[in-house]
Amino acid sequence: MKARIDKEKCIACGECVEVCPVEAIDIVDEVAQVDNSCTLCGLCVESCEYEAITMPEVDAPETEDLESYRGVWIVAEHLNGEVHSVSYELLGVGRTLADKLGVELAAILIGDQLQDAAQQLIGYGADRVHLVEHPALTPFNDESHSKVLTELIRQKKPEILLGGATAMGRSFIPRVAVAVETGLTADCTGLDIGEDGLLYQTRPAFGGNVMATILCPNRRPQMSTVRPMVMKKPVFDEQRQGEVEPFTPSQEAVTSRVTVVDTVIQEQETARLAEADVVVTGGRGLQKAENFDVIEDLALLLDGAVGATRSVVDEGWKAYSHQVGQTGKTVSPKLYLACGVSGAIQHVVGMQGSEIIVAVNKDPEAPIFDIVNYGVVADLFEFLPAFVKKIKEKRGE
Amino acid sequence: MHIVVCIKQVPDAKNVRIDPETNTLVRQGVDSIVNPHDWYAVEAALLLRDEYGGQVTVMTMGPPQAEEALRETLALGVDQAVLLSDRAFAGADTWATSLTLARAVAKLEPVDLVICGKQAIDGDTAQVGPGLAAHLDQPYTTYGRKLELVDGSQLRVERLTDFGYEVVQMALPAVVTVVREIGDPRMPGLKHKMRAKKLEIPTWGAADLDLKPEEVGLQGSFTQVVKVFSPPPRSDREMLTGEVEEQAERLFNLLKDGKVPGL
Repeated sequence: MKARIDKEKCIACGECVEVCPVEAIDIVDEVAQVDNSCTLCGLCVESCEYEAITMPEVDAPETEDLESYRGVWIVAEHLNGEVHSVSYELLGVGRTLADKLGVELAAILIGDQLQDAAQQLIGYGADRVHLVEHPALTPFNDESHSKVLTELIRQKKPEILLGGATAMGRSFIPRVAVAVETGLTADCTGLDIGEDGLLYQTRPAFGGNVMATILCPNRRPQMSTVRPMVMKKPVFDEQRQGEVEPFTPSQEAVTSRVTVVDTVIQEQETARLAEADVVVTGGRGLQKAENFDVIEDLALLLDGAVGATRSVVDEGWKAYSHQVGQTGKTVSPKLYLACGVSGAIQHVVGMQGSEIIVAVNKDPEAPIFDIVNYGVVADLFEFLPAFVKKIKEKRGE
Repeated sequence: MHIVVCIKQVPDAKNVRIDPETNTLVRQGVDSIVNPHDWYAVEAALLLRDEYGGQVTVMTMGPPQAEEALRETLALGVDQAVLLSDRAFAGADTWATSLTLARAVAKLEPVDLVICGKQAIDGDTAQVGPGLAAHLDQPYTTYGRKLELVDGSQLRVERLTDFGYEVVQMALPAVVTVVREIGDPRMPGLKHKMRAKKLEIPTWGAADLDLKPEEVGLQGSFTQVVKVFSPPPRSDREMLTGEVEEQAERLFNLLKDGKVPGL
């Protein structure tokens, strides 16, 4: 199968030839022609102003009764009972989806000794918490947690299941999707219910250069992982009532072939990259490791996280855990402040989802300025201390 | 020990840029590269082979030209390669991809360990490794930064988490995805390069893997892309000029108006 060209509509403008990532399109005899290397990525469809390109249609396979699946679920992530903020964000978007469908919103909580966490989830919007407690389910274990969740899904049949696109969520939810034989869309930034009642899942693709909307029409549940910091966290309501429903998993489900030998939680002074509202990143313009002080000062002041570019990590000025970009982390904070960062594409793909991007660079021609909201052409060693001073002054410190 | 490494050929991001006027994808020339994360998977496999012996097979699913990606890894000393290529594979989502790879791993038996990169840079889903483990019904872990064998049949993995790191252990056969901290990939050797050019690489299609056309590619996928569009453009850019003091004042006010917390 490959993309289809409507020869009547095609004007041989060549736009699709430019955009095709696998060189599958050529203009032959004044019309676009697609060869067998087409991967059906769909980029050409969007590029064509004349609507001359379509993707082949797939026959809907016979499926079991989709109507028997009801309700929206979110998988609550926690570390020793402390719920990860992304789970509350999931309850926010989950509430919207559940209300549109007129169904219940439930949170899934797996581990041990989690009564307090269950109440938290209700306060943030869960109508019901499916609580699975077992000593063998802590610490988190990909295999046992995915088996428990699989059992729950098979018994209770939710129509939608959302998880956080965190290291944990992205590690165990794909296994659940395969086990229950349904589709999973990773790293969604937008979720909505269409007029057809389906979950419209929007996510960045090709390093964030395009957005794709994805459906899972013939399988249930429809599953997505959602990026932290993208959805709005609802307001906590202490008075909110909900039901905590214990679930007893099978003995087989709580066992795992993977043993967690050791868990090391590394404390750090500044916030963690994926969860911070503000990320202050230093690039090669910092010149040496010691100079990161100016970055850290600002990050601390704004309760933000410290990011680093690949070249900074390669130089050994910062640990790999700080790396933002293609081979590092993808972040989407409220404010991303890039200091002494040139703006190489491999860095940009890791941060262009940020709400506000500011760059400080001496070179007015630096490519980073192409993607900013606010550009500061200045020596960062002069600007950052002045900016820190300004913030303190305005706060009255 | 037989290790299978799954790799993917992806468009080179260096050739992709965003047109600041239209905020759309602009590609200048189309080069394909080995997914950068997959080099660490190859390196992880070669490190294990250096230490414990055995052989490494690299595998990819893709169009016929993906053979080039396999040859690049052969030049590092990988023992053999398999190309999974079939018209029917096109348009596969992570379900169909991981099913196809799982069948190929089964055909390569005995296999002790499958290693994947943490994710591919075009799709960025990170779902194929765990999906593959599920199809194979094998234990797995993700984000590995150090792999070692214990007692010959157990794999011990130090893995990155959002909070620090973790050490996990599992019996082989198993599946693991790895991160950059595995170590930089080695350089191609002359002898390996010569061999990489000549080595015959078998191509397996759906029929070779006992898969029906409706189980693979777009037909075998549960998810469907219904719309592809450009991300909304960033609001008008403002370049802050003047003395450092004025720039700091202006930026503070702009960010305060933008409701950045802490200001």
